[in-house]
Amino acid sequence: MGSRASTLLREEEIEEIKKETGFSHSQITRLYSRFTSLDKGENGTLSREDFQRIPELAINPLGDRIINAFFPEGEDQVNFRGFMRTLAHFRPIEDNEKNKDPTASEPLNSRTNKLLFAFQLYDLDRDDKISRDELLQVLRMMVGVNISDEQLGSIADRTIQEADQNGDNSISFNEFIKVGNLQHIYVWAGDHYLILTYILLSVLQDCLCSSV
Amino acid sequence: SGSFLLVYLYIFLVVFVGIGLPIEASAPAYQSHGTEGSHLTNITNTKKAFPVLAVNYEHVRKPFEIALWILLALLMKLGFHLIPRLSAVVPESCLLIVVGLLVGGLIKVIGEEPPVLDSQLFFLCLLPPIILDAGYFLPIRPFTENVGTILVFAVIGTLWNAFFMGGLLYALCQIESVGLSGVDLLACLLFGSIVSAVDPVAVLAVFEEIHINELVHILVFGESLLNDAVTVVLYNLFEEFSKVGTVTVLDVFLGVVCFFVVSLGGVLVGAIYGFLAAFTSRFTSHTRVIEPLFVFLYSYMAYLSSEMFHLSGIMALIACGVVMRPYVEANISHKSYTTIKYFLKMWSSVSETLIFIFLGVSTVAGPHAWNWTFVITTVILCLVSRVLGVIGLTFIINKFRIVKLTKKDQFIVAYGGLRGAIAFSLGYLLSNSHQMRNLFLTAIITVIFFTVFVQGMTIRPLVELLAVKKKKESKPSINEEIHTEFLDHLLTGVEGVCGHYGHYHWKEKLNRFNKTYVKRWLIAGENFKEPELIAFYRKMELKQAIMMVESGQLPSVLPSTISMQNIQPRAIPRVSKKREEEIRRILRANLQNNKQKMRSRSYSRHTLFDADEEDNVSEVRLRKTKMEMERRMSHYLTVPANRESPRPGVRRVRFESGLSV
Repeated sequence: MGSRASTLLREEEIEEIKKETGFSHSQITRLYSRFTSLDKGENGTLSREDFQRIPELAINPLGDRIINAFFPEGEDQVNFRGFMRTLAHFRPIEDNEKNKDPTASEPLNSRTNKLLFAFQLYDLDRDDKISRDELLQVLRMMVGVNISDEQLGSIADRTIQEADQNGDNSISFNEFIKVGNLQHIYVWAGDHYLILTYILLSVLQDCLCSSV
Repeated sequence: SGSFLLVYLYIFLVVFVGIGLPIEASAPAYQSHGTEGSHLTNITNTKKAFPVLAVNYEHVRKPFEIALWILLALLMKLGFHLIPRLSAVVPESCLLIVVGLLVGGLIKVIGEEPPVLDSQLFFLCLLPPIILDAGYFLPIRPFTENVGTILVFAVIGTLWNAFFMGGLLYALCQIESVGLSGVDLLACLLFGSIVSAVDPVAVLAVFEEIHINELVHILVFGESLLNDAVTVVLYNLFEEFSKVGTVTVLDVFLGVVCFFVVSLGGVLVGAIYGFLAAFTSRFTSHTRVIEPLFVFLYSYMAYLSSEMFHLSGIMALIACGVVMRPYVEANISHKSYTTIKYFLKMWSSVSETLIFIFLGVSTVAGPHAWNWTFVITTVILCLVSRVLGVIGLTFIINKFRIVKLTKKDQFIVAYGGLRGAIAFSLGYLLSNSHQMRNLFLTAIITVIFFTVFVQGMTIRPLVELLAVKKKKESKPSINEEIHTEFLDHLLTGVEGVCGHYGHYHWKEKLNRFNKTYVKRWLIAGENFKEPELIAFYRKMELKQAIMMVESGQLPSVLPSTISMQNIQPRAIPRVSKKREEEIRRILRANLQNNKQKMRSRSYSRHTLFDADEEDNVSEVRLRKTKMEMERRMSHYLTVPANRESPRPGVRRVRFESGLSV
């Protein structure tokens, strides 16, 4: 299955994606086979329903928001390039990338972009601020239905009060970055994604498929 | 001044201890009153004057001496902190060892046998509190995120140290000029296995004072805890074999199996007792006073049970503490939590002090066999093998790690590999049939002294010199909690999209299992449904309410605003902009001043943050005050700072007549 799928993805495309996102060849082919397995309609794009079929996303409190993050403004289908572009935010930061051409645009998985991605999941209306209501919505999703609105409200107030520095009662991106250990958490934890076993699995899969 | 008085007090106590021992040794056997014999002898003896005052030291000898030793140890500790310059330069462990040396010397001068650190006493009484304290307050997140690295250092690093040192020392002993040709390979390997393990007591004592960044701290500390299994297996293995004299392949294989049994068995035993403790705590709502005792006793039983089966007691203790903590903390009262925290810190502090003092005394006491070459080589080899081991292993580990270990990190990890009392006790346990026992003990003590004194004292200036990242002081922040949970969900979701069953996937599965099945059995009442975020927030608010009530900051603002409010209760609050800013500033300042680390992120023994206020406020009042506080704060926060455009939905601000304190 794996090796068959990779032939549908042309070499030039792989090179382009590699340059744009920084994923390695094997990672791209592995993710492509995942993409095709999700694509039930077999039309080369994923719709929201395809994502909703993933069981882990169905039970995830942030499932809907994560799915939305894959789809660009106003569109209902995402192709493989878009899929990879979103996933590129989670690629670990490599040391050798740090000294690359400074005039090039910041790579998708830089620290700031990782945090920006997370920030945009809070900030749905894209006004560059997390307002009290947006925060309340996220809290409600994470906490469930048993907690009263009042209690949630005071948590939201407290959160904004802790982070807000210019007194506009909402959290801007700069304030978001500055919260305590946040940068440390996001970057650290985010860096743990895509570990070696992932690549080992794909190598294993290739070996198994090629022997068949 | 006060410190001179204390010095006189020490000298007095030391002399008393020194004299007390000869007295009991030469005191005639005293028959305790109430036995049959004494009645008979009283009748037949000639009548003598009724003893108004008599000394019966035998009666109280043992507890008296124990209490005296502990008192002495604690007075020493007190004394050090009165001399700020000394305690800033020299780590406490060094000073305590020096005191031990002095006391031991004094006792020897008087002509008595100084007591040696009895291995029974050490392993059964002195070590458990320290390990329980470490395990109960273990920072889970950094630990689980680095557990692979920690295990590699603990298992493979210790094995490397043991074999490298043992092998090279055997090679050394083969050289004729050293004069130790009687030492065989197995004895050397046994010695290597004793002295190779990083010691948790020493690491804790030294690292607590240098406040290094979390990653390095958890690496060294985790390694010192988890290498216990390896040490136990190696020690038992070589001890057995050195009696027999030969090793077969089957024995090696059994050794490997034994390692897994020892470590996993220890963890299992600990986990079982942890669940028992959690289950018990579910029913203690009517007997709050004994709650802390359950925690201590179940943990101690876990330790003893695993020691009974020759499993790793340290891993059992850690597992017990880690497993029971989330459930127990959801069930017990605030006061019990404080009690547990205080008692654990107290006992581990006393233990640590006693251990170091006894180490000093044992050095003076113990039979020594000094061999320059052997001892010096041991010390050098210790350092060399540690450095080589860390560098080699880091090279391999960094291929798998995403946050790589820098050279500075490696240096601190290598330099922080201190040896301590566990090595000494294991050496002391060696039966006297080992002809090299005295030599080994001497070498072990030298290594311990070297690591504790030289490495312990120089690590702090080296950390400054190399500008190693220090620990970030962070107050408990609701922002951090929310965003951490948000991130966990996000990454779990992304892993799901990629079809990757990684770290977050399994963590989420465990959480789900915990929430649906485990919590309802182990958490009292309806609390098991409470999400973690809410529990965190509640605790945080409680702490701040206590603080604000005690410091009385908030009420001082109220009186002036009250008068304003009573005039127009229904209108939009006419709080002046200046007053608003003041209120906001006070609230914000309270947030920033909140030094209490709710999740006990600091596991420092010297600085338990000011929890005195907690004792004085009863829980009922606390809850009431807390609710008032919540309401007030949310009211304050809805008052718009910008007076130009009052928001339509703002709530009216109403006050009662001040807080009841």
